[in-house]
Amino acid sequence: METITLRLFRGDATGGKMVDYQVKTFPNMVVLDAVHQIQAEQDSSVACRWNCKAAKCGSCSAEIDGKPALMCKTQVHECAGSTITVTPIRTFPLIKDLVTDVSWNYRMAAKIPPLTPRADVAGKPFNMQQIDVDRVQEFRKCIECFLCQNVCHVLREHERTDAFFGPRQMVRIASLEMHPMDNLNRREQLRGEAGVGFCNITKCCTEVCPESIHITDNAIIPLKERVVDDYFDPVRKGLVAIGLIKKRKKAPLDSVPNDVTKIMR
Amino acid sequence: MDSYETFEYDVLVIGAGGAGLRAVIAAREAGCSVGVVCKSLLGKAHTVMAEGGVAAALGNMKSPDGMNEPDSWKVHLTDTFKGGAFLNNPRTVEIFAKEAPERVLELEQYGAVFDRTPEGLIAERPFGGHKYRRLNHVGDRTGLELIRTVQDKAVGVGMSVHMEITLTRLLKDGDRVVGAFGYRRDTGKFVVFRAKSIVLATGGWGRMYQFTSNSWEGTGDGLQMAYEAGAELLDMEMIQFHPTGMAWPPGMRGILVTEGVRGEGGILKNNKGERFMFNPDYTPPLYKGQFAETAEEGERWLEDKKNNRRPPELLPRDVVARAIYKEVEAGRGTEHKAVYLDVTHRGAEYIKRKLPSMYEQFHALGAVDITKEAMEVYPTVHYTMGGVWAEPEGCATSVPGLFAAGEVAAGLHGANRLGGNSLSDILVFGKRAGEGAAEFARTAKLGAIDPAQIQAEISVLMHPLELQEGESPYKIHQELQENMQRDCMIARNEQGLNSVLAKILELQTRAAKIKVNGDTAFNPGWHAARDVRFMLRTSEIIVRCALERKESRGAQWRLDYPALDPVWGKKNLIATQDGDKVKITERPLPDMPAELKAIVEEYK
Repeated sequence: METITLRLFRGDATGGKMVDYQVKTFPNMVVLDAVHQIQAEQDSSVACRWNCKAAKCGSCSAEIDGKPALMCKTQVHECAGSTITVTPIRTFPLIKDLVTDVSWNYRMAAKIPPLTPRADVAGKPFNMQQIDVDRVQEFRKCIECFLCQNVCHVLREHERTDAFFGPRQMVRIASLEMHPMDNLNRREQLRGEAGVGFCNITKCCTEVCPESIHITDNAIIPLKERVVDDYFDPVRKGLVAIGLIKKRKKAPLDSVPNDVTKIMR
Repeated sequence: MDSYETFEYDVLVIGAGGAGLRAVIAAREAGCSVGVVCKSLLGKAHTVMAEGGVAAALGNMKSPDGMNEPDSWKVHLTDTFKGGAFLNNPRTVEIFAKEAPERVLELEQYGAVFDRTPEGLIAERPFGGHKYRRLNHVGDRTGLELIRTVQDKAVGVGMSVHMEITLTRLLKDGDRVVGAFGYRRDTGKFVVFRAKSIVLATGGWGRMYQFTSNSWEGTGDGLQMAYEAGAELLDMEMIQFHPTGMAWPPGMRGILVTEGVRGEGGILKNNKGERFMFNPDYTPPLYKGQFAETAEEGERWLEDKKNNRRPPELLPRDVVARAIYKEVEAGRGTEHKAVYLDVTHRGAEYIKRKLPSMYEQFHALGAVDITKEAMEVYPTVHYTMGGVWAEPEGCATSVPGLFAAGEVAAGLHGANRLGGNSLSDILVFGKRAGEGAAEFARTAKLGAIDPAQIQAEISVLMHPLELQEGESPYKIHQELQENMQRDCMIARNEQGLNSVLAKILELQTRAAKIKVNGDTAFNPGWHAARDVRFMLRTSEIIVRCALERKESRGAQWRLDYPALDPVWGKKNLIATQDGDKVKITERPLPDMPAELKAIVEEYK
């Protein structure tokens, strides 16, 4: 049995340091196994989030040798060298060790109204073809690990959590905007408080997505195009003005006020 | 007196999986203020692990002749009774089968996007023990779709979400439950919730076993809080061993392989390459003649479900799990003491479309390409049919003010749960529990909080940090797991059960001296100290009930009492707290009404 070194960040908002732990490996061991082994055998106070250990819940996000990833999906033997560095994701406030406060993401999500079916289909079984929902299903694969939010430079470097909901919520809005039965015009919110214009398509989010959702190409860019269509396309404006094409008929959307659902921690 | 924060709601929901969130929606729509408490982040509950689908008789699927399969709530009801070896509560099953289709269609209105049939309706797949295609699904990530849908809806209707709080005691005012007490996982600070009524939706408990598909959350604290508050626990011996857990690599041992693999044509083989489920000894009398008897017929069934019988890999879970156990015991297992599950004949493209997360799970975590090679599988602890007794109409428990829904509750599944029934369970009874709690809250006032109850719990929680030396909670947990795995697993006998019971009692004594390092700030060791004590008590109850039920029925397989006993088939076991002792009593199962008997007779 081979032994490796796991170099973990230990600390809280007041400061911290890197601490080395020796870990005995076994076949196909993942980084989360190594953290668990430390908790059980060396220091039970190491804080880390996890739930399913099968890459389905998105709880154990961290930065492994600097690369944002799920600890349950990163095999120890895939990491280069005999020392593996594990640090918390950096965009959100640190609580302790590998655990950060990601509640902001939930507060932004709470501003997005859920599916609101058109009057003609409300309360009836939907009739939709598979081909019409394939794209929406891609977005709904999201496990909310927030790795995309973690690497988004609008949030990470520029700290514009006041202006941009981030890639995760773009994917969420896209899944609603492209839902064949949804009746809300979500573009005003996209252009306004959700801040789709802030994304400048560096595709970092797409690169780290453990569900391989094409966040930039399939969600954000089409959303940008739709906003441009409605608000900035002079040709379209002209055609609407002379009645050649009609304005979209979807109902206006009101952002859900913050006090409807309180996200506390 | 240590300080604590206090929050007040009309209805408090404990647990934010599918059942809890569906209860939130119902209570909110009934006009209540609702708080929900979860141990993890919102949307991470164990519901995400459900894969295959949600069972509801929509009857959307067509046979090759163009006719719809004649599914109905009556067939679903019959299948559920048969799967549960008729230990189910009849009224609970009736409500369940009738209301499941409505709850699934409602999910679609909330935003769930199910796979579609060529006609544009919700696609349904075959599953073990279900006569017709009935599992409404999204590839193999139906649980994620379900939880995200009710999460978004619940956020939309409004609630207060308290994330990463562990509750450890229900607070009572006289007979009635009036609140709950616990700690914040991040800081360790204490919290009190006051509510007019409480919905318990805390899920199951599998973590006392070594190999389980449960996450760390499955420690049964909700169950124990209810037990300590005086609630009746029903049929606690009934624990489902899912036939196909991952058996290799070691770090992945126990992780679930969806029954959808078999629903999509996956076959089970032993080390001789035999499809052992065709062994007629493995098919229980109740199912004789209803399953394919040759591999050819099983293959034809994939294309023509009307004129062929389904392959025996799709027998109920308890049956398949026992068969796998017997194959391995007889020396016909793989090198890792498992059997093969092979779906390669369905082709890479089909597998990746219908079972994407299984493909990914094996590919990324196990370095196995399931489109090219067989998986190694072995039964894993998966689900708890037993739990807090909840009456069917409004999910009230035996404690006033306390309601229960989902896996923590008992009554629906009897001795064995059919795949897919858990997801419809949480929708049907999540809603009913929310409504029941709202109705109770309409006439109730907030009760008095008793500081002595809080102080007693604080003492229990803080004790491990105050000791200078003592036992490691991890060590005790590990010993419990090894013993439960060895002696209270799929095949049980009196000797083994007595031996694990003695071990549990010894561990309970040692657990009083658990010591942990550090402080209360996000300290997993400190959390484990409380969890382990809950798990020890739950394990004791499971073992005592398993000893008591001297027959083999569904998930309870006694090697020393290998037959179904019609007398036992008329009895539930009830566990209640009696001081420090567990009191176990028998209670007659309610009679099945004549109209349900007629339905079962017609469709069985």
